[in-house]
Amino acid sequence: MGVILEMENICKQFPGVLANDCICFSVKEGEVHALLGENGAGKSTLMNILCGLYKPTSGEIRLEGETVRFNSARDAMERGIGMVHQHFMLIPTMTVTENCLIGDKEGSSIKLDRKEAGRRLKELAERYGMEIDPDAIVGTLSVGEMQRVEIIKALFRGAKILILDEPTAVLTPQEARALFKMIRALTDNQFTVIFISHKLDEVKEISDRVTVLRLGTVVGTYDIDQCSVEELARLMVGRDIHFDAVTRQQPVGDTLLEVNNLSLHREKSNEGKLLEDLTFEVHKGEILGIAGVDGNGQAELVECLTGIRSASSGEALYQGKDLLKLSTRDIMSNDVSHIPQDRQKTGLVMPMTLVENFALQDYYKKDFGKGALMNWIGVEERSAKLIQDFSVKTPSPYELAQNLSGGNQQKVVVAREISRQPKLLIAMHPTRGLDVGAVEYIHNQLIDQRDKGVGIVLVSTEMEEIMRLSDRIIVLYEGRAMGCVRPSETTVEEMGLMMGGRTLDDIRKGSIKETSVEEKMM
Amino acid sequence: MDLLQTIGGYLFTDIRMAAPVLLAGLGLLLMNWSGLLNIGAEGIMLIAALSAVAGSHYFGSVWLGLLLAMLAGAIFGLLFAVLTVTLRANQTVVGAALNILGLSLSTTLNRVLFGIETTVTKVDAFKVLEIPLLSKIPVIGRAFFAQMPIVYIAFLLVPVIHYFLFKTKPGLNLRSVGENPRVADTLGINVYRTQYLATIVGSTIVAAGGAFLSTGLLDFFAEDMVAGRGYIALAAVIFGKYKPAGIMVAAMIFMAGNVVSNVLQVAGIGIPYTFLTMIPYILTIIALTIFASRAVAPASLGKPYKRG
Repeated sequence: MGVILEMENICKQFPGVLANDCICFSVKEGEVHALLGENGAGKSTLMNILCGLYKPTSGEIRLEGETVRFNSARDAMERGIGMVHQHFMLIPTMTVTENCLIGDKEGSSIKLDRKEAGRRLKELAERYGMEIDPDAIVGTLSVGEMQRVEIIKALFRGAKILILDEPTAVLTPQEARALFKMIRALTDNQFTVIFISHKLDEVKEISDRVTVLRLGTVVGTYDIDQCSVEELARLMVGRDIHFDAVTRQQPVGDTLLEVNNLSLHREKSNEGKLLEDLTFEVHKGEILGIAGVDGNGQAELVECLTGIRSASSGEALYQGKDLLKLSTRDIMSNDVSHIPQDRQKTGLVMPMTLVENFALQDYYKKDFGKGALMNWIGVEERSAKLIQDFSVKTPSPYELAQNLSGGNQQKVVVAREISRQPKLLIAMHPTRGLDVGAVEYIHNQLIDQRDKGVGIVLVSTEMEEIMRLSDRIIVLYEGRAMGCVRPSETTVEEMGLMMGGRTLDDIRKGSIKETSVEEKMM
Repeated sequence: MDLLQTIGGYLFTDIRMAAPVLLAGLGLLLMNWSGLLNIGAEGIMLIAALSAVAGSHYFGSVWLGLLLAMLAGAIFGLLFAVLTVTLRANQTVVGAALNILGLSLSTTLNRVLFGIETTVTKVDAFKVLEIPLLSKIPVIGRAFFAQMPIVYIAFLLVPVIHYFLFKTKPGLNLRSVGENPRVADTLGINVYRTQYLATIVGSTIVAAGGAFLSTGLLDFFAEDMVAGRGYIALAAVIFGKYKPAGIMVAAMIFMAGNVVSNVLQVAGIGIPYTFLTMIPYILTIIALTIFASRAVAPASLGKPYKRG
């Protein structure tokens, strides 16, 4: 296998940040080369440079020994580099074929030849063991299928080097395995795959070599056979991290929240339900994990429980009241706290100071002022204390929220919500996009709250997080609960099958053949 | 027989009245598919209506008048593109500005060129072009085959633009820009050039609709003569679900209201004519409230695109 691509001394300076610092990176033809690093390590920046979206501040790219310079994504594509972005670059209202033909300049005719293109697409897909319907409207496909369309699109346009940006983030474990098979079929046919990820296990499983990035620099490139998962973790984070399960100190208490038959219809009731007949309990001092692939009703569930949306039917009994009938303000003033899924959109007001952000939830209460007048001195003292207690790194309490790093922004949200001394805490994706240190910190805070007797609903798509923290886990699929399990009594396999739409009963009865899901995936 | 003839007559008027709205709608459609929401059709049609009269008056040819009108439309389109595409100004605000500019500029120029008189300056207008044999078909013959050339052009543009949008590569590229400019950009399409072209070509088509008002339906310019047809065209695009044939149907339905109001006015049934002339506008409002929410607009319509 010869070297097909070299990136030499690539630097990329953004205003205030050196995202890539003299990165050297080389890829051999026909290999799967993983690019491993935490969020913000510079993986995506490097790949955006490679596929022509960013121009490097300095450095050189050589393709098969020849120096190249890309001014646009089209330049890179013409040289055989195709990228499958994390957020798909597809138009949902168009068919698969149309999506592949956008910007296509082949042939002199201006007429769209859908039939011929569809035939070529099908042929291409079959050669690499994928199934695809060229005439399907993209918006009707599943996420896994859309990803396949993206890969086929890149191949259709002549990619020889395929960059996959965190491709498994949106997939169930079974879909991920199907993707890995596809990747193998491609590399067997002399295609080269660059695989961006921060998940150690899958890097270990799929790649031939791995380049580890940390804080914009290369830590090193290794043959995967010579690295254990623990070594990879240390290289990526720069220190040892622990994967131990959390042991709990005391038994769970009484029932705190009792949800019965919660349903939520779509705007037009004939289009199915967003949530269907959810029934579960949360006890005092318990963490209930809500798992599932993103977009299977988790956001809607949280919105119903926090009064942001009104449910179509059902009840959520909490301290003798039905949360579904209360306004958000009433729910929150009954000792419920909410860590929203997106700290930048709904957790904080980015252009406001930390002091103001700390006051958002309870500004109307007596501690915060008299009548319509705010007691800013008191609020500032309170903010300063929270900043210290939760070790938020900020130059001053009057810093704007938008100027903090993601981890510190999240600490502000967590500090605000926990300092309200809730009895029920609803946390959605509390560690999304954070580095390992911040994740650990937030996890410890949640465990702390649990030990104080707070009932916690934890919504997360990170399997490790859910398995590590939860006492019980409910898996949502298309708004329905596939089953409720204890982490100690389940396997990643079983979780994966539930996330892919099979109920726990079916799985344990074994009434469906083990292979059926995988066959469907292919 | 009498009834059939009356229906044929209504159809003739409806098609003739629908033509300018159809042209404006088709022009707007091209802009919409490139992701630009231009509410300035009214202004473009006004300046075009005046330009057509001026062209016809000074060059002695109604066709040169049409050409001048389309040129004026192209300039308005270029102005819109510079402000909204290059400078990324708010599209609704710029569209509203075009309407104000079109109204005031056409009024002022009209007074400068033709003076403030009670008698209007009549000019050469489009003549009916009868298609031999076909126009003799009973009932519908005159409606379909004894119209002015621009009417034929307007209705021929329906299949032409449909073919362009949905059957050709440039059409697919244009639609991809309207749906998601970032996707189009990564696939090597020049988003800004596409939007400029769509706006300029679209505006000339809108302008042709304006020209037909002053040199087709009438043969002179009157201040504010477009009388809301630019807005009705906007509504027709939404009602027509962003498809050329849909816009054609919408234009004919909305303008049928116009025909009805004319008939009722002539019949003199005692309702003040001001109420009767409201009919097409009321029809538009009703149609929009019933159907607008179901229309599928290009996903990035009205959102400015910034590269990188």
